[in-house]
Amino acid sequence: MPENSSPGLRLEKVRIGLNSRTLLSVDHHVGPADTLTIMGPSGSGKSTLLAYIGGFLDQDFVGEGRVICGGRDITILPAQERHAGILFQDPLLFPHMSVGGNLVFALPASVTTVRERRTRAEAALEDVGLGGLFDRDPETLSGGQKARVALARVLISEPNFLLLDEPFSKLDMQLRDQIRTLVFEQASRTRLPVILVTHDESDARAARGDVIEVGA
Amino acid sequence: MLRFFPALAVAVLSLPILAGLAGTVVPAFGYLPALGGNTFSLAPFADLFSQPGLVRSCIIAFASGVLTAAISVGLVALFVAGWGQTRAFRFVEVSVSPLLAVPHAAAAFGLAFMIAPSGFLARLLSPWATGWTRPPDWLIVNDQLGLSLMAGLIVKEVPFLLLMTLAALPQVPVTASRRLAMTLGYGRVSGFLYTVWPSVYRQIRLAVFAVIAFATSVVDMAIILGPTTPASLPVRLVEWMNDPDLSARFMASAGAVLQLGVTLSALLFWLAIERIAGQMLRLCTLRGRRFRTDALARRAAFTAMALIAVIVFGGLGVLSLWSVSGLWQFPDVLPGSLSLRGWRQTIPRIGNPLWTTVTVGVAATLLSGILAIACLAREQQTGRSAGNQALFFIYLPLLVPQAGFVFGLKLLLLYAEGGATWSALVLVHLVFVLPYVFLSLSAPWRAFDRRYEAISAGLGKTAWTTFLAVRMPMLSRAILTALAVGFAVSVAQYLPTLLIGAGRLVTITTEAVALGAGGNRRVIGIYAFFQMVLPFLGFVLAALVPALLFRNRRAMKVA
Repeated sequence: MPENSSPGLRLEKVRIGLNSRTLLSVDHHVGPADTLTIMGPSGSGKSTLLAYIGGFLDQDFVGEGRVICGGRDITILPAQERHAGILFQDPLLFPHMSVGGNLVFALPASVTTVRERRTRAEAALEDVGLGGLFDRDPETLSGGQKARVALARVLISEPNFLLLDEPFSKLDMQLRDQIRTLVFEQASRTRLPVILVTHDESDARAARGDVIEVGA
Repeated sequence: MLRFFPALAVAVLSLPILAGLAGTVVPAFGYLPALGGNTFSLAPFADLFSQPGLVRSCIIAFASGVLTAAISVGLVALFVAGWGQTRAFRFVEVSVSPLLAVPHAAAAFGLAFMIAPSGFLARLLSPWATGWTRPPDWLIVNDQLGLSLMAGLIVKEVPFLLLMTLAALPQVPVTASRRLAMTLGYGRVSGFLYTVWPSVYRQIRLAVFAVIAFATSVVDMAIILGPTTPASLPVRLVEWMNDPDLSARFMASAGAVLQLGVTLSALLFWLAIERIAGQMLRLCTLRGRRFRTDALARRAAFTAMALIAVIVFGGLGVLSLWSVSGLWQFPDVLPGSLSLRGWRQTIPRIGNPLWTTVTVGVAATLLSGILAIACLAREQQTGRSAGNQALFFIYLPLLVPQAGFVFGLKLLLLYAEGGATWSALVLVHLVFVLPYVFLSLSAPWRAFDRRYEAISAGLGKTAWTTFLAVRMPMLSRAILTALAVGFAVSVAQYLPTLLIGAGRLVTITTEAVALGAGGNRRVIGIYAFFQMVLPFLGFVLAALVPALLFRNRRAMKVA
């Protein structure tokens, strides 16, 4: 199989810079259901790397190198055509939509009927253990429930890969293990390549993939 | 397409001003072929300077600008210093802020109805304390020194400057600085003034300049509250401009140039005051003067702020009461009977101005909203914040005295024979509405958490879908509030409406000021009532629509 049509996510000589200073550079292949963990302190440019891969890099930063997803160079594509599933520190559920509305909004347009869309969203909530919460106001959920909805929202959008930007750092210890397990379970079930940035050793261990340390 | 909007906004803000200034300056030197002025001359200025009492008119305008600014800035600084971050502060903030939406003319009428010799305050005290059974023969409103005028300006500008200051405070580490200063033994007021105020003032400086420019050239308030013999310069300009003898227009233009000079010199004088005040503050800081006992100053500031709210809201209440009063003789505190006669007489005639006010206001506000949103979206696209240059253009219509360029604009429109049309009026209102819409929308727009947009894009949504389905609804409250502010500004416009509408297009505000001269308190009460109610309805809508749309969404409620 020629290298450029291999499945997974390939970062080719990716470099993130700020004002002519290189923050970090990565050259790595993340296979399906693999996780690449980028470890580093804040300010090391690791979140910026995710922004570069997802296609919403801030103008202040410079990004170089190619991002190849399933053999296709996506570096030149706008964010909405890259289909990056992102989880941030905060669940960032759209506050003006219901819980189910958040999921329906994420569902690809290929599912056309309203009834089918609702059924799919309800099933996705079921998958993360939140069956029956379709009509709830996201603000009335607990922190753990919000994190689950955010995960369900990302997965239902059928992304090409997952970008995790310290998604567990604001959860308390017990919840943290739970959500972390759930995320990695679901990621490997859907066979998505995952890039996780964190400054927490235990996150890196739980991810069980390659680890790159930056800015140390 | 978005890329053209910033240029369009700059054009909307600056072209009418530049054209208007040209249309003012050229006729001032005698050249206006439409009115038979084919050669340049200094005759208009000679005519102008032969007007009786001109110097006094200029001094009143100059003094209103400088004193209003000095007292308003001083009061706001003292109040925020003495009471910031207390519950009392919150209370005053909530009661003073709505004053911003009350049109100047309505606030002026409210003040007049309170403090006039036959006004509510005199009635409260008569005859038991004063012994008056008839209103005393005192000139309180329209006094020679313009004190009532300045009082009226102050009650309107203090809320404006207070809100600007509140917007500037989050950029400064207020709590930490305050605590640090207090642990070093400084008083509440002095600690704040030494450590926080200089960087706050730097941020609100343009707003202070706008206050000076406005106060030196205000017409509607000066007609209602200002001195009459002679009136302040801007009022006399309007008289000359509306003189049936068309050749008086040349002199009016020369007067408008003089007005620009008066405003400019008030601004320059203010720069000198800034220097001196800054030096004094620095000197006190360097000497380490603690001013630990500042209770008196704090109480005075609080009293003054509360008084402003009480007087204006009381005045507006009295106005409304007048509109439904029957016989209400001095010194009765309340009317002897209620009657709807005033309303019955006025309602048939109010439809037309009401229609013009609402349609022009809505049109100018919506156009401003579109322009402001497009410019902010473009700023976000390029990643460049608009910066100081853009801020200058936004403030331009607030810094150039209206009288200085709207005159010229009117002459140009006469020249183009495109005079009093509805669209011309909308365009002129747009010049004044856009800055306020932009200023009130930009902070929440820039504070929006862009990770929501990253998520939406990652879900495969186009930029347009993200904009419509994520950003707009999440910012709906801020957008509608900015539009309500814009509508309030449009309703309040007096001079641009008077001149560009040229008597054929009249609004509630121009009618109210015109009727003010007649002195029928019931009719004034009705018009002032509408002046208050229209902006108020705008804010009610801005609060209700998101509340209904997102009634089950707790995170969408005001924090």
